[in-house]
Amino acid sequence: MTAGSGSKTGTRGSTVELIGSGRLRLATVWLGGCSGCHMSFLDLDERLVELAQVADMVFGPFVDVKEFPQGVDVTLVEGAVTNRTNLALAEKLRARSRTVVSLGDCAVTGNVTSMRNHLSVPDVLAPFSNSEDGTPLAMDYSAVPELLPQALPLHQVIAVDGYIPGCPPSPARIWAAIECLLRGEPVHLAADMLTFG
Amino acid sequence: MPTDLAAMAAEEQERQEALRCRIMVCAGTPCLVAGAHAVLTTLRDALEESRLDAEIEAVATGCMGPCSRGPLVKIRLPGKKETIYEKVTPESARQILFSVVKGRRPPTVEALSPDMPFLARQTKVVLANSGSIDPERIEEYVAAGGYGALAHALHEMTPDDVCREVSAAGLRGRGGAGYPTGVKWNLARKAPGERKYVVANGDEGDPGAYMDRSIMESDPHRVLEGMALAGYAIGADQGYIYVRGEYYLAGRRLETAIRDAERKGLLGSRVLGSNFNFRIDIRTGAGAFVCGEETSLMASIMGKRGQPWHRPPYPAQKGLWGYPTLINNVETLATVPAIVGNGAAWYASHGTARSKGTKVYALAGQVETAGLIEVPMGTTLREVVFDIGGGIPTGRRFKAAQSGGPSGGCIPGAHLDTPLDYESMEKIGTIMGSGGLIIMDETSCMPDVASFFLDFCRDESCGKCVSCRVGTVEMHRLLRRITSGTASMDDLAKLEELCELVSATSLCGLGMTAPNPVVSTLRYFRDEYEAHIRERRCPAGSCTMAPAPAPGPEGEALLHAMGVPVEED
Amino acid sequence: MPVITLTINDELVSGRRGESLLQVIREHGIELPTLCHMEGLSERGGCRLCIVEVEGSPRPLPACTTMAREGMVIRTHTERINRYRRMIAELLLAERNHYCAVCVSIGHCELQKVAADLGVDHVRYEYLSPKLGMDLSHERFGIDHNRCILCTRCVRVCEEVEGVRTWDVANRGVKSLIFADLDYRWGESVSCTSCGKCVQVCPTGALFTKGAVVGEMVKDPGMLTRILEGRDKKEWEG
Repeated sequence: MTAGSGSKTGTRGSTVELIGSGRLRLATVWLGGCSGCHMSFLDLDERLVELAQVADMVFGPFVDVKEFPQGVDVTLVEGAVTNRTNLALAEKLRARSRTVVSLGDCAVTGNVTSMRNHLSVPDVLAPFSNSEDGTPLAMDYSAVPELLPQALPLHQVIAVDGYIPGCPPSPARIWAAIECLLRGEPVHLAADMLTFG
Repeated sequence: MPTDLAAMAAEEQERQEALRCRIMVCAGTPCLVAGAHAVLTTLRDALEESRLDAEIEAVATGCMGPCSRGPLVKIRLPGKKETIYEKVTPESARQILFSVVKGRRPPTVEALSPDMPFLARQTKVVLANSGSIDPERIEEYVAAGGYGALAHALHEMTPDDVCREVSAAGLRGRGGAGYPTGVKWNLARKAPGERKYVVANGDEGDPGAYMDRSIMESDPHRVLEGMALAGYAIGADQGYIYVRGEYYLAGRRLETAIRDAERKGLLGSRVLGSNFNFRIDIRTGAGAFVCGEETSLMASIMGKRGQPWHRPPYPAQKGLWGYPTLINNVETLATVPAIVGNGAAWYASHGTARSKGTKVYALAGQVETAGLIEVPMGTTLREVVFDIGGGIPTGRRFKAAQSGGPSGGCIPGAHLDTPLDYESMEKIGTIMGSGGLIIMDETSCMPDVASFFLDFCRDESCGKCVSCRVGTVEMHRLLRRITSGTASMDDLAKLEELCELVSATSLCGLGMTAPNPVVSTLRYFRDEYEAHIRERRCPAGSCTMAPAPAPGPEGEALLHAMGVPVEED
Repeated sequence: MPVITLTINDELVSGRRGESLLQVIREHGIELPTLCHMEGLSERGGCRLCIVEVEGSPRPLPACTTMAREGMVIRTHTERINRYRRMIAELLLAERNHYCAVCVSIGHCELQKVAADLGVDHVRYEYLSPKLGMDLSHERFGIDHNRCILCTRCVRVCEEVEGVRTWDVANRGVKSLIFADLDYRWGESVSCTSCGKCVQVCPTGALFTKGAVVGEMVKDPGMLTRILEGRDKKEWEG
C-alpha cells in the first residue's frame, strides 16, 4: 500500500491507520522556522521515551535520513513555506504522509517568517547586497534557495490535517496533539492550548 | 403678496408661443461631455449675429434621453411635432438653424424618427419636463404646471390628505428598497418631535446609474416641490438635499432653483401665503457610496464621519439631531408633485398591482441606444432592451442585465420576459434597485463582472463592521484568483461561505447586499466559474489566465497558484 | 424599570426594559464574545461577534445594539452563529499583522483569547499583510497599527470619558487608520492630555506603554468602571 493512497485533499486524517508493523512511522520536518518547535518537541523529556515505545522516527532533524521516505503515518511540520526548497519538500511530504500536522505558529500562520510579506523579494534582500553592483555582502546567497514572493502558512500550500499553534507550542500542547494522533483521532486541542504566540 | 402662479405661467407661455422657434440643446452631463456647450454657443452667437435672437431662442435644457446619441438638439416650431437631432456638432447646428430659418431640411444632419421606440415607448411622469424646460428658469417650470401641486395642497388639503394621497398612489421608494412611501410619511408625521426634517437622498452612487443626477440637473424644482409637499405632510420646516460631490452641475442648478423659489415665495417663510414655512439647504457629499445609506447620510449631514449606525431606531423616529426625519430618494420625491397634482388614482393607473407608477432607468452597456428612460412598472426587460434600447449592437447576443448596481444581481437571457417590478425582480434573485440597468453581451465574463462590483464594494466599505470591511476584501481576492485561473474548488466554497457571512452579519445595506452580484452570477452562470477553475478557461474570452503550470516534482504548480502578491489601491 | 421576559436558549429569563440583549444574556451567565463592546462606552456594533439568533429575524442581530423586548426568543450558540463568529475572528486575524509571538500584549490580548475560545486553530483566508507603521512619537505611549482591529474603544473613551477626541478614524474600509488630531503624530497632538485611557481600553497590543516588551503590556480593564463609578459617586467630595 502506497502512502497517501485513498486520501483526498481537504479533510484527511480522521483516523490514523498504522502502516506496516503497527508502530507509528513519525516524521518531523523543519521548513522556514527557527527550530524552536523542534526544541519544544525535545522538551517532551521522558515522554519521548514513551513515544519511542510506539513510534519510529523516520525523518527529520533528529534523524540522519536524507530523503523523505514513503509510507509515513504522521508528519509534524515546523515553519512557513518561504522558499522553493520548502515548497518542494512540502509537496513531497504531503504525497508520502497519511496525516500532516502544522507544528507551531510559522507553519500555522506564517508568523515571524512571514513578517517580510509586505516587502518585495528584492527589497528583502537589498540590505544584504552591495548597493553598487548588487553582489552579496556577507555570503553568497545565490546558493541559498530562492525566496517565494510570500512566506505562506503550510495549509495555503498543501492540505493540512491538524494544527498545533504556539511559538513555540509548549511540550504539553505537542503531547496533547500526539496523544490524539496515537489514539487515531484528529488533533483536537482545548481552547487554552489554541492561542497563537 | 404671494406669487400668482397662474399669471406667472401665462406670461411664460405667451412668451414661448410668440417665438418663431425654440431650439433646445440638451445640457445634461452626458451631452455636455459630448460637446453640447459648443453647440449651444454656436447657436446663440449665430442668432445674435443674424439678429434673430428675439424671435428664435436657443435654450439649455436637461436630459432628453438617448444619451449615447448626444449632443442632442430639439426643435420646436409652432403647430409642429418636435424634432430631435442626434450627434450635433457646431457645424451641423448651423445647418439646423439655417433649415429652421429657411424652412428646408438640413442637408447632412439626420433627425431621430419621432416613432423611434426609444422616444415613443416611454411614459414620462418624473421626466415630463426633462429636455423641454430650462432648469435654471423657474418660470418655465411654473409654465409647465410646476408648484401647482404645492399650491393645491397648501390651500385645499390637510397634511393628512397629502399623506393619504401618497399612500393611495401606491408609491414605493425609488432608491432601491421599495418601502411604501406613504407608510414612511405617516410614520414621520405621527412621530412626536418638536422639530422634523425632510431629507432628499441625492447621493446616487451605483456605477452606471444616473437617474437622480439627471432629475436634479433637468428639473430641480420638481425635487424641491416634492420636498416641500413632504414637509407640509409630515410637519417639517427644514429640508436638506444631499447631493454627492461629483454632481457639480446638479448642485449648482439646485442652488439656483432654491434661490429662485425663495424669491418667489415658493420656499421659505409663509409659502404661497400660507402658514407653512419650509427652507431647503444643500449638503454636499464627499464621494462615499455608503452615504447613500440613510443613517450614514444623516451622520454626514450632521458633520460626522459617514458611517451607518444600527436601526432601530429608524430615522422616522429618531433621525437628524435626534428628531424625526423623513428620508426619500430624489426620484421618489420628484414623483410626488405629479401624484398630488393629478391624483392618486391617475398615478396608480400606471404599473402593476403591487408596483404602481413609472420608473426611471439608466440604460447602459451593450445596447444600441443607451440613455435615460421612464417606463411603467411591469414593462418587460425584453421591451426595454430590444424595443426601447434597440437591441444589442454588432450582432452579438444578449447575455445578462445587471440591475441594482453593486447591490443587485443579474438577469440572464432566460428571464428576458420578466416584468420589471419589485416583486418579479426579487423572485429571480435581483432587485429593482435605484434603476441602473447595465446590458451585457456574450463578451462579458460573469465572474469578472462580479469581481468588478466586489472591488467597488471593498473600496467603498466604510470599515465600521468587520464582516464588510475584511469580508469584501477576501471575497475580491478569491474572485481575482478565479478570474486569473489560479483558484481551486475549495476557494469557490470559501467564496460562497463568505457571501453568506457578509450578507448575514454586516451592519448596513452596503455590506448586506455586497455579495449579491456573486450570488446571482453563481446562480445563473456557475458553469463559467467552474470553467475558470477546472479548465482554466474564460468562456467569454475576456479574462487573462495565468500560464498553465508545468507538471513536475518541484512544486512549480503551486508557485503559479500562489501568484504574485495582489496589488490593490 | 419594568421587568420583561425573554426566552434565551429555551429558558425563560427576565430582564429590564432598556437593557440591551447583551446585558440580559450576560446577566444570565451566558458568555458572548465581544471586542468592540466595553462597559462604560457607547455601543458600536462593529465587531459583529456578539450576534445572536432572534426569532422572527432572518439575520442574526448584534446583542450589544439590540434592545431586549418582551417575548423575544433568542439563541446564542447555534451552529450557524458559532461558524460566523469563527469566520469573523479569522477575518480579523487575516486583516493585519498580528504576530502574536512578538506582541507586547501576548497572554493579555482579547483578540488572542476570543480566537482561541472560538476554536480558531488556523486562518483559512489569505493574510492581507498590509504595510503599516507605528507611531512612537508620544513620550509615554505608542500605537502599532499592525495590531489594531479598529474597534474604536480608544476613539470612544477619548471622546466620551476624557472629553477630548484626540483620536478618530482616517480613511475607510480596510485602509481605515486610527489617527490623532486630524493626522498629527501622536507626540505632536495638541489635544492629547496623555491620560492613557486609550491604552488601557485597547483590547490588543495596538496601544501600549513604551518600554513594555513581549507579553509585558498588561492592561487594566477595571480602570474605566472605577473612573465612571467615582464620577457617579462624586468621590472627590468625600
